[in-house]
Amino acid sequence: MMPTFDEMHGTDSAVRDHYRTYVQWLGRQPHDAMRSRREEAEMIFRRVGITFAVYGAKDEDGAGTERLIPFDLLPRIIPAHEWREMARGLRQRVSALNRFIHDVYHDQEILKAGVVPAEQVLNNAQFRREMMGVTAPGDIYSHIAGIDIVRAAQPDGSGTYYVLEDNLRVPSGVSYMLENRKMMMRLFPELFSEYRVAPVAHYPDLLLETLRGVAPASVNEPTVVVLTPGRYNSAYFEHAFLAQQMGVELVEGPDLFVRDGFVYMRTTQGPKRVDVIYRRVDDDFLDPKAFRADSALGCAGLLDVYRAGNITLANAIGTGVADDKSIYPYVPTMIEFYLGEKPILQNVPTYLCREPGDLKYVLDHLGELVVKEVHGAGGYGMLVGPAATRQEIEDFRRALQAKPSNYIAQPTLSLSTCPTFVEEGIAPRHVDLRPFVLSGRSVQMVPGGLTRVALKAGSLVVNSSQGGGTKDTWVLEV
Amino acid sequence: MLSRTADCLYWMARYMERAENTARMLGVNYEMSLLPQSRDAAEQGWRGLLSISELTGSFVQRFGEVNARNVMDFMIRDETNPSSILSCVRAARENARAVRGALTTEVWETQNQTWLEFNRLLRAETTLRDPGPVLERVKTRSHLSRGVTVGTMLQDEALHFLRIGTFLERADNTARLLDVKFQAAQSDFFGVASGSDELEYDFYHWSAILRSVSAFEVYRKVYRNVILPEKVAELLILRSDMPRSLANCVNEVVSNLHLVANEQSHETLRRAGRLQADLQFAHIDEILATGLHAYLTQFLDRIGDIGVGISRDFLVPMVA
Repeated sequence: MMPTFDEMHGTDSAVRDHYRTYVQWLGRQPHDAMRSRREEAEMIFRRVGITFAVYGAKDEDGAGTERLIPFDLLPRIIPAHEWREMARGLRQRVSALNRFIHDVYHDQEILKAGVVPAEQVLNNAQFRREMMGVTAPGDIYSHIAGIDIVRAAQPDGSGTYYVLEDNLRVPSGVSYMLENRKMMMRLFPELFSEYRVAPVAHYPDLLLETLRGVAPASVNEPTVVVLTPGRYNSAYFEHAFLAQQMGVELVEGPDLFVRDGFVYMRTTQGPKRVDVIYRRVDDDFLDPKAFRADSALGCAGLLDVYRAGNITLANAIGTGVADDKSIYPYVPTMIEFYLGEKPILQNVPTYLCREPGDLKYVLDHLGELVVKEVHGAGGYGMLVGPAATRQEIEDFRRALQAKPSNYIAQPTLSLSTCPTFVEEGIAPRHVDLRPFVLSGRSVQMVPGGLTRVALKAGSLVVNSSQGGGTKDTWVLEV
Repeated sequence: MLSRTADCLYWMARYMERAENTARMLGVNYEMSLLPQSRDAAEQGWRGLLSISELTGSFVQRFGEVNARNVMDFMIRDETNPSSILSCVRAARENARAVRGALTTEVWETQNQTWLEFNRLLRAETTLRDPGPVLERVKTRSHLSRGVTVGTMLQDEALHFLRIGTFLERADNTARLLDVKFQAAQSDFFGVASGSDELEYDFYHWSAILRSVSAFEVYRKVYRNVILPEKVAELLILRSDMPRSLANCVNEVVSNLHLVANEQSHETLRRAGRLQADLQFAHIDEILATGLHAYLTQFLDRIGDIGVGISRDFLVPMVA
């Protein structure tokens, strides 16, 4: 296993340049002050109701079913030049992915050229036949993409950013990025006069601009809505937050209906036509007539309206075909195929268990690798070899042998660490980064993204459903 | 505005107003129970309170014996009672949470904070030993909740539906309070008074009712007279400048309904307008002559009918 890269300290434990001012400031803070700031932050998050829902759980007050995502007081700082490079890479990658989605639902040139194996795409559960020939406005399919990035150490001690996975369906977490910044500015205003931190608060504006820009061509003043599964969904806060920040309606499935080839919402002044739906509901639940018949979260007949071009869905249906873990290994070649450019951001080296050679290697090295289900999400259905018991490895081996094409494997990257305020004091914890890339008339993003942190010592799993927390992410302007 | 959003706003306001009125009713009963009176009379007061809220059945099922502590427990913090203060505050907050995007940050935070506070406070044992401060606190949070909507929200449909919810609920609650309190006093009021003790008792009875709707000082200011039952009735039913009177509540409902009117709401507006006119041109002597109980029962029916109309026309419309 490679050594770990720390965001704050270099190999000789010297503080990196971009953290120097922060460390000096931190040294002047009494320990109790940080602790009380943390309590203050928790109180504010609870009052503001920045919580996520947990099914069937109750807390000691009996209030239940709502939890805070732990917020860490120490920022993750990214120097300006690193972000510039990353932003270029993100723009390139997401552009290629959108080209890919358009291609697989039209001429399938990349399959004909044999760059991506055809059966990988056509037999993929995420490939939606209903989307064949459907052209989205501006040829954009994944309007909101969350690209998960990790940093791992090289033998010489430097760190390299890798794309761990692409989230092209309904990526979440952006509200925490925004709320974390608000919280940091409230708790530590003096830090923001010492650092020139690139602002992120205009994200809802960019999002609205993106959504308006992809409305059906015939519409002048598009009506945009956010579609949520409802208040018991774990990301409900985010849905409500984004709708409010953009000043658009937050709708649930039963608020919508289809009439004469258009989608309408039920309002106090009668039906009102809807042009763009930023939907936070999975494909399967969007239209009970086309997909899962038992879905009460969608709108019957939506797919027909969509195929007729009378409504824009963001993201489009069927984008999962491009963020599936079995497609991920081909993204670098995709970039060369569509854009004729060398990939700026690297992939983590990946073994495809469907290939006999790769499978043999994986089975021989299970104890060193991370093995993932190709359709898994949220940190479920994965094996972290070095952290697993012998029994877990053997169980996984059987599952893997039973259905090899269901898995990919990657070397255990040691995610970079960032100092984090935990019970024992300040200690390094592993982090990742999810920048949000918006594609409409142009590709835009706010600097940074959501930094997730694994709060358990040594843990590499940063998902909030598995005890992860978040940090404010500072991209420096100079 | 989305019908579902309007529905949540309307119910958020109704539940908060109901929490406040329940606190007011409990407060006045508690105060009256401290007056020298027979055990029967005291129990009668608590029974009356349960029947105002149409909750006698479910109370008896859960607690059996009617006494101050049990009724307080049931009405303040019993989660199986949908009209308990705890349930109302929770329902108000759940509705707010469902449409937090349609509320200003201050409105949402006030509602959320109220819930967080009462969820702890109402469960505490001290609440039942000395309910006074808690009931006061409910009123304060309700004032705050109403004030922050008027003080921060755009004066658009969202606010109008909140106001409709508030005043429809208040009209209902004031009418129920009057009905049960006048019934309790009826033997004294329309019957034959017997002795000077009755007069004294009357004073405390009527002044407690006035205080329960924050109208004691208002009464003195308006009438500059001793507390007379028919004047109390007039003030709380017909005086349109009295914020908790039936006349004022219906005025507010009507004016807000006009602001949100749509193509199908004509009939609801007509009925509301008619009720408004009836109150405007009524005389207290006529009402008392026909019988207050009959009058208030009819009023409650008409208010309920307007509520049904509002739901049908705006909140859960059948289209498509």
